Amino acid sequence: MAEYTDQSEPAIRVDSLTAGYDGRIILENVSFEIPRGQIVTILGGSGCGKSTLLKHLIGLYPPVSGDISILGRSIVRSSESERRKIMQSFGVAYQSGALFRSLTLAQNVALPMEEFTDLSPEEIQKRVNEKLSLVQLANFGEMLPSDLSGGMIKRGAFARAMALDPAILFFDEPSAGLDPLSSASLDQLILEIRRKTGATIVVVTHELDSIFTIADRAIMLSRETKGIIADGKPADLRDHSGNEFVRKFLNRGRIPAVSQGHTL
Amino acid sequence: MYKRQDTIFVQTGETALLIGQEVLTFITFLGELSSAVWNAIRHPSRIRWKDTFYYMNVCGADGLPITMLICFLSGVIIGYQAAVQLQKYGAETFLPGLVGCTVVRELAPVMVAVIATGRAGSAFAAEIGTMKVSEEVDAMITMGIEPARFLVIPKLIAMITMLPMLTVFGDIAGILGGWAVGIFQLNMPLDVYYQTTVGWVKYKYFLESIFKSMIFAYVITTIGCWRGLRTGSGAVAVGKATTSTVVICILMIVVVDAILACFFNTIFFTR
Ligand SMILES: Nc1ncnc2c1ncn2[C@@H]1O[C@H](COP(=O)(O)OP(=O)(O)OP(=O)(O)O)[C@@H](O)[C@H]1O
Ligand SMILES: [Mg+2]
Repeated sequence: MAEYTDQSEPAIRVDSLTAGYDGRIILENVSFEIPRGQIVTILGGSGCGKSTLLKHLIGLYPPVSGDISILGRSIVRSSESERRKIMQSFGVAYQSGALFRSLTLAQNVALPMEEFTDLSPEEIQKRVNEKLSLVQLANFGEMLPSDLSGGMIKRGAFARAMALDPAILFFDEPSAGLDPLSSASLDQLILEIRRKTGATIVVVTHELDSIFTIADRAIMLSRETKGIIADGKPADLRDHSGNEFVRKFLNRGRIPAVSQGHTL
Repeated sequence: MYKRQDTIFVQTGETALLIGQEVLTFITFLGELSSAVWNAIRHPSRIRWKDTFYYMNVCGADGLPITMLICFLSGVIIGYQAAVQLQKYGAETFLPGLVGCTVVRELAPVMVAVIATGRAGSAFAAEIGTMKVSEEVDAMITMGIEPARFLVIPKLIAMITMLPMLTVFGDIAGILGGWAVGIFQLNMPLDVYYQTTVGWVKYKYFLESIFKSMIFAYVITTIGCWRGLRTGSGAVAVGKATTSTVVICILMIVVVDAILACFFNTIFFTR
């Protein structure tokens, strides 16, 4: 997949991104790079612009200014057909699952392949079964989303996001509204996906357990500064961040004594 | 001291600006839809026929009983009102023509369109609005599926084919309504009523009826889908989308009907 891309380019590059809605600025002058193969979590208080950032990364909204490159190609300044190509290189699992309600689970997973590839129906069927068994939903392909539980919908959305074996996966709050066991098994699934496919994975989440389990790196946004207030290994940020809010956030509101020594 | 928002000028201006922006989004939507229609014509196999037949069933067959009932009663109402007046002048023989022409040229297409607004237009807005709120529309876009093709085209095909059929049934039901009045109020024999109706109601009136209902189908579908796609966030937004669909559709049906009435009477039916 994505053989046209320059391997030396990072998976995602955000260049002085300013984003907002109807003239209201939510993020201002945000820049960062995500190298290939990294699992990154985006965190921050409610309404700080996590979903906004995610929706700009996947090209759903045009930024006010700045640039976003996916695998070295700008998703902002590309033509409609180029953008269509870029979109094949990533998969998105939305916060609400967003499975199409008129299609069965299997048809949902098959849809990106039908849209973007010339695979034969048998080949598509085979890959659908593969993806569904990866998320442990092999026997539920014929069910409609309305007949699935919340956790199953989330996992179904994972399967659909992975349909084209994308180089980058975006997950918006995958564990929100799940019980601790389902949420833990979702974390294991994310780690397994990376082990098997080497994909770059961007996760928006509030779950501290999952941040410390899966993330190589955490990027924290703030509503006050409209930008990044912390960027680093989650455990380092928790213990040594120079920003009190960051430490508090990662310690569930309890501020431990500041460990002396280096700060990030 | 006025707060800035309090002055009527600012309010008027801001509302006008808002309406202007909405109109602009509608025009953009129509542009996207035209390109989707063009693509559908070039690649008919890529149309979602299963969805299309589903909507045909829902908008057409399921709506037939209520449509026929309302059109029949409309025929009875104008037939009865006209009969009372016509009797005063001994002009009862004009009843079949009056009812036939009114029903076929005006009443049935408009009634059917208003019913379709309530049954189909608002349902389209609610369906697409719910999909918008639950990020399904976003998911479509990132999967390279244009919402216009996937969501709107099947509804548009279904409405443009089914609404004219409903209208023809409505025409007939309305004429039957007038006939009931003729029989029971004026004691007109069946064959006389039939002959007079055929003499007055020309087949081109039926064409007018069909043409109008196709335009109405386009108006209702595009407005319903556009409001659905413009749904904001939250469940309340879906309700707002359906309400605005019904209001805008009925307004536009009347406006379009007025334009078409002038159009037909000046261009096609001049004597
Ligand atoms: N489509 C939209 N139109 C206008 N404003 C929006 C839209 N989406 C989000 N916003 C606003 O942008 C701000 C940031 O929203 P966003 O959804 O990015 O926050 P978030 O960090 O994902 O929050 P949460 O943790 O609650 O999901 C909020 O104030 C929100 O009201
Ligand atoms: Mg969010």
